[in-house]
Amino acid sequence: MAERVFMKGTEAIAEAAVRAGCRFFAGYPITPQNEIPEYMARRLPEVGGSFVQGESEVASVNMLYGAASTGIRAMSSSSSCGISLYSEGVSYCASARIPMVYVNVQRGGPGIGAIQPAQQDYLQATKASGNGGFRMIVLAPDSVQECVDMVYEAYDLAERDQNPVLVLTDGVMGTMMEPVVLPPMKTDEELAACRAKFADRAIVGHPLGQQAYCRPGSVGDGQEKVNIEAAAMYETWDKDIRVEEYMMDDAEIVFAAYGISARISRAVIRQLRAEGIKAGMIRPITLSPFPYDSFRNLDFDRVKGIIDVEMSIPAQMRWDVDYAVQGRCPVHEVLRSGGQLLTNDQVLKGAKEFIKEVL
Amino acid sequence: MAEEKKVYTRTKGIIEGAVSGFCPGCMHSTIHKIIGEAAEELGQLDNLVRVEGVGCCGLGQFYVTCDETIAAHGRAGAVATGIKRSSPNSLVYTYQGDGDLAAIGLAETLSAANRGENFTVIFVNNGIYGMTGGQMAPTTLVGMKSTTTPGGRDPQEHGYPMHMSEIINQLTAPYYIERVSCDTPQNVIKARNAIKKAFKYQLEGKGYSIVEIVTSCPTNWGLDPLKSLDFLREKMFAEYPLGVFRDGGEKKQ
Ligand SMILES: Cc1ncc(C[n+]2csc(CCOP(=O)(O)OP(=O)(O)O)c2C)c(N)n1
Ligand code: SF4
Ligand SMILES: [Mg+2]
Repeated sequence: MAERVFMKGTEAIAEAAVRAGCRFFAGYPITPQNEIPEYMARRLPEVGGSFVQGESEVASVNMLYGAASTGIRAMSSSSSCGISLYSEGVSYCASARIPMVYVNVQRGGPGIGAIQPAQQDYLQATKASGNGGFRMIVLAPDSVQECVDMVYEAYDLAERDQNPVLVLTDGVMGTMMEPVVLPPMKTDEELAACRAKFADRAIVGHPLGQQAYCRPGSVGDGQEKVNIEAAAMYETWDKDIRVEEYMMDDAEIVFAAYGISARISRAVIRQLRAEGIKAGMIRPITLSPFPYDSFRNLDFDRVKGIIDVEMSIPAQMRWDVDYAVQGRCPVHEVLRSGGQLLTNDQVLKGAKEFIKEVL
Repeated sequence: MAEEKKVYTRTKGIIEGAVSGFCPGCMHSTIHKIIGEAAEELGQLDNLVRVEGVGCCGLGQFYVTCDETIAAHGRAGAVATGIKRSSPNSLVYTYQGDGDLAAIGLAETLSAANRGENFTVIFVNNGIYGMTGGQMAPTTLVGMKSTTTPGGRDPQEHGYPMHMSEIINQLTAPYYIERVSCDTPQNVIKARNAIKKAFKYQLEGKGYSIVEIVTSCPTNWGLDPLKSLDFLREKMFAEYPLGVFRDGGEKKQ
């Protein structure tokens, strides 16, 4: 039964995973996502699952690779510099086509960076989460409700494609409390049915002659075949593109922002509208696959400029925006980073300076 | 006519007709055979999961009949943790070399042992990085030449050989630790019995077990198979004495 409660982002993420059927969690402590492993340590034993505090992120992600290869729903979470250590395991899952689900609650970077929120892992998340040029679906929530819905759905996407799925959020969303509707708990029968689909491939022991192999690499021309199959799978993702176009019908000034920056931009857009400025926003919800067409198909006779709002210096999502816009209108940046939060006032001020130039 | 009695059958743990990729005189082939025999005698071939390390161990991937996954270099202890906890009834073993288990995978190895994870480690200690062409391993003997210690391992610069069974024996959780070899028929039988015992303990839910097998690497030691056996017995056994370190959770050494 769906249930409405008031919850912190990190705990809501953990509960959503359990309701989706997650029965194994491995992770290593790092701020600002510690409540996820802590919640799992309490919660998983109640549903017959297993929690391990890994000795590192490297170990944790490889535990996840092992757990997911048995066909069970499993999860891990970390933050920025911890996520860098995940790249080995994520790449192995992509190569062996293991459906892993993981969460990055971003903090400031690079290096150990800052423990406060940031959006500085965009390019890593969307372009190269490990060696080998694989791709994965990256979901970017902008509310606690979306965190819940995306984690819940991530397993279906991961299992459909037999590929990793990342939920990319940040320290604001992780620590924020909001009312959420929790999805229903998947029944044992539903989970058994999910697992049954992969019974042939599950690394659990099989009768002679029916062995299951999990191979993150191949000899001869095997690896190229794996890569060609994966590339064909990525090509099917157009249907999975998700984007919010907010007040875009008549917009002359277009904000480009995801996650926490999109929330702030939305409030600024309302202020600008109140002052008679026709502002709107394109909010990518899937960062990969990216909604290029939303930018590509803008009416550039009407649109006077784009404001890229990110908690990253230098800007990162701007690469994708520029790729779609191809210089057909000016792109302005409003940025903070290193754990410094964007404020409404700063975005409003930056937007107005730009608007004065282009309108 | 005298009745024929079958006294030996090839284990079903090895793919019928498959040829191993190992060098002549390498003990990896024997070890694969005795793992298959141990699992078969326990009626576990249908239930067996192998987590393969990266190294010459990986050459076994087209040779065994059980379910198999390849862990990233050094991570077999973590991967096996994930598998065993998600599928507790499977009989799970890792198969790792000394570079894999004692260098890049040291944290994963010791942490899994320290948690007392209920799986079995088969640790093939040949004192060298075989797969990549003979570089120094944590287990390389003092004075032993490798491609990265061309003048021989010098303790001042490279430290001393690491004794993994002894180190793991410092932890409280492990249930069974034994070091064996496969240089003589008697030792092969001992090694097989050790693996079988480790598997049996795992099936009984006793927790972590490790069987270290001290072996040769004729190719990268630069010795022919017979001379490598001499080196193994004279030098390797002196550094890595065979025996039971712990059985049934009780320290023997
Ligand atoms: C992350 C990573 N680093 C390095 C390698 C290259 N590599 C493959 S096998 C190996 C050494 C293996 O030595 P050991 O574990 O002793 O196994 P052996 O070949 O002697 O059986 C190395 C360094 C790798 N595959 N992955
Ligand atoms: S290189 Fe050494 S360990 Fe590897 S197969 Fe050849 S002899 Fe065996
Ligand atoms: Mg070796």
